[in-house]
Amino acid sequence: MECRFFLKCIDFCPVVEYNVKVWQSMGILFGFLRETKKRRMKMKKYVALILAFSLTLALAGCGGKDDAGSDVKSEGVMTHAEYMAAAVDEQVVVETYVQAKQSWWDNKATVYTQDKDGAYFIYEMACSEEDYAKLTPGTKIKVTGYKAEWSGEIEIMDATFEIQDGNYVASALDVTNMLGTDELISHQNEYVSFKGMTVEDAGNGSAFMYKWDNSGTDGDDLYFNVSFNGQTYTFTVESHLCDNTTDVYAAVKNLQIGDVVDMEGFLYWYEGVNPHITSVTVK
Amino acid sequence: MVLVLFLMSAVLLTGCHGSRGLDAFSMPETFDESRNLEITFWAKNDTNKTQTDIYERAIDDFERLYPNIKVNLRLYTNYGDIYNDVITNISTNTTPNVCITYPDHIATYLTGTNVVVPLDELFADERYGFGGSEVHFDSVARDEVVSRFLDEGAFDGHYYAIPFMRSTEACYVNKTYVEALGYTLPDVLTWDFVWEVSEAAMAVGEDGNYLVNGQNVLIPFIYKSTDNMMIQMLYQHGAGYSTPEGEILLFNDTTKELLYTIAEYGKSKAFSTFKISSYPANFLNAGQCVFAVDSTAGATWMGTDAPLRDISEDKLVRFETVVMPVPQFDPDEPKMISQGPSVCLFNKEDPQEVLASWLFAQYLLTNDVQIAYAETEGYIPVTLRAQNSEEYTDYLSRGGEDNALHYDIKIKAAKLLIDNTDNTFVTPVFNGSASLRDAAGQLIETTVKAVRRGQTVDEAFMETLYADTRSLYRLDQGGVSASGETDLGPLPQTAVILLVSLAVVWVFIIVYVVLNSKKHQKI
Repeated sequence: MECRFFLKCIDFCPVVEYNVKVWQSMGILFGFLRETKKRRMKMKKYVALILAFSLTLALAGCGGKDDAGSDVKSEGVMTHAEYMAAAVDEQVVVETYVQAKQSWWDNKATVYTQDKDGAYFIYEMACSEEDYAKLTPGTKIKVTGYKAEWSGEIEIMDATFEIQDGNYVASALDVTNMLGTDELISHQNEYVSFKGMTVEDAGNGSAFMYKWDNSGTDGDDLYFNVSFNGQTYTFTVESHLCDNTTDVYAAVKNLQIGDVVDMEGFLYWYEGVNPHITSVTVK
Repeated sequence: MVLVLFLMSAVLLTGCHGSRGLDAFSMPETFDESRNLEITFWAKNDTNKTQTDIYERAIDDFERLYPNIKVNLRLYTNYGDIYNDVITNISTNTTPNVCITYPDHIATYLTGTNVVVPLDELFADERYGFGGSEVHFDSVARDEVVSRFLDEGAFDGHYYAIPFMRSTEACYVNKTYVEALGYTLPDVLTWDFVWEVSEAAMAVGEDGNYLVNGQNVLIPFIYKSTDNMMIQMLYQHGAGYSTPEGEILLFNDTTKELLYTIAEYGKSKAFSTFKISSYPANFLNAGQCVFAVDSTAGATWMGTDAPLRDISEDKLVRFETVVMPVPQFDPDEPKMISQGPSVCLFNKEDPQEVLASWLFAQYLLTNDVQIAYAETEGYIPVTLRAQNSEEYTDYLSRGGEDNALHYDIKIKAAKLLIDNTDNTFVTPVFNGSASLRDAAGQLIETTVKAVRRGQTVDEAFMETLYADTRSLYRLDQGGVSASGETDLGPLPQTAVILLVSLAVVWVFIIVYVVLNSKKHQKI
């Protein structure tokens, strides 16, 4: 597995963070006790104890971290395949995991969610401000709503939800080689990555634009063009998902034409692929 | 002790002043050009870069005329965001100075005390008013503003807005498909014609594709703004919507009949809406629509050769586009809504700042701004001076010369409104009229969604729909009023007790101060 995965675990999983702290403590202990053999013996006992303890915690942590591995759907809940097969306007019930929140307004939340089989974009789901705060990445929710299609984007609208036990944060799927293929749309709304793409002129002689036609100002959506295998694609930093205080917003504003970048984000659709980018790294 | 009490009362009185709001604007004797003033202008553009450029150029030109005034521009892409931000900023007295808005929204702003500046005195001022002698540019005279448009900003006995641009809705028709279906477009589009052709277009071939376009996607009739759809249908019928006093008439039997018809075509999917499906232009330009109703201010997106589009080149389908007024019930008495941005001024402590705002607002009515902005979309200028100018009439005469400035569909959309100005109407403005408008659209959206989802639309459905919509938009509380100031009735008993208690405490304090003072004097 990639180092990125472990780093992400450290970011999201409090149990792993505890382990790091334990190891840090162990280092400090090691410094204090290094002089004598007796103390070295004592140290070994501490280390053994701490290792055993941290292993237990790590195992417990992994269990809490990724419940989607045993993601058995409750009765009356659709699998991702069943959801995709459902007709537009049909009522759908899914169990899924919050990956990111786009916006909350007027007691309605728009959320990117995913289970181990695929993603579900939930548009303006009924949600109090208090509940919105509980929708942290990984939170499992049961959503009841109607399947809809808006400019090619498959989504659930007019939905309600309830929070359930379980946690799953998806790792980014590399879809770079799927760009321009029919396979790409099968990963619509998933958390994905793009590797080694080249920044092109956004159309205004610069590497990015505020709004699709350069009519905006700081704080608006950022649009930028990136190419791969001779094809150019328009990517977006959606300002509700990542506003102008985020690292990705700043990173895109600092891009130069010709930069080669790795990116992560959600595979949104609007009259074609239109990824909502959440991180950009210049190589 | 006395000093402390005086300070306390001063603080309390200051607090009272703050809660009361600003003093009413009072027209200064002169505009003080020796003072530097900074004003903020919140504007809306239709995600159109040219419009942004025009705002910026207007500000530059105005600042050159008035070097002591600096105008800060903040851009929005929809009226709703402006409205929400204004509401948020009223309580902290951080509203903009000049704001593009809808009259419906101003009615809500007026619920605060002296928040919005009444413009009557400013209009009429000989030096700084319309055509004023001291204005640094060729200001338009009052009778040069189209009176119908100017009057849209008048309510509650005052003018609170000046028009900036005007548009209406148009039906952008794929004439090629209408004729392929065996129909001929009438001179005036009727609802019956649109429904009939739309239903006919739903015929599917053996391959499962629609016969008219050979594709598996077709929405024969799609409407962008369903609130406008319901309002226009009701006005065309002469049915109730609201009274100027703010009485809600929307939930009537005609509305119900209209919803039954809409449900019929929503169920067959011959009709859909922007909120349910997407932008009408995307379907029209991809050959997936026959009748697309959208604002004339969106004309640059409509048609095969539209200069603006969201769909990729390979999805474009070539067809003949015709721009027509929205469908009518009575072709001899066409009625269509008048809409478009207006400008209001927010009150400030410094009357000089308000006067500077008024001068800038007036500058937006000059030919340079009016003509340039109108040409960006299917808007028309709101002044007769601009409409009748050689520059504008030349522009109108050159439709189709190119697919940019002289884009045929855009110019036809503008002409549609010029030719139909006398057939336009506006809805009454009162505190709550914005919610009523939303409710009108929601009735259609909910009905169409319901039938698409297999629900039965019957009397029970209608009863629930009316009740839910009244509740959702708070139209069942009797809280709307034409004056903008809601009559809250007699004070609740608890409030009376609190006020009496406060008065008693103050009496005790004053008695104590007096007695204490006399005691000191004796010593």
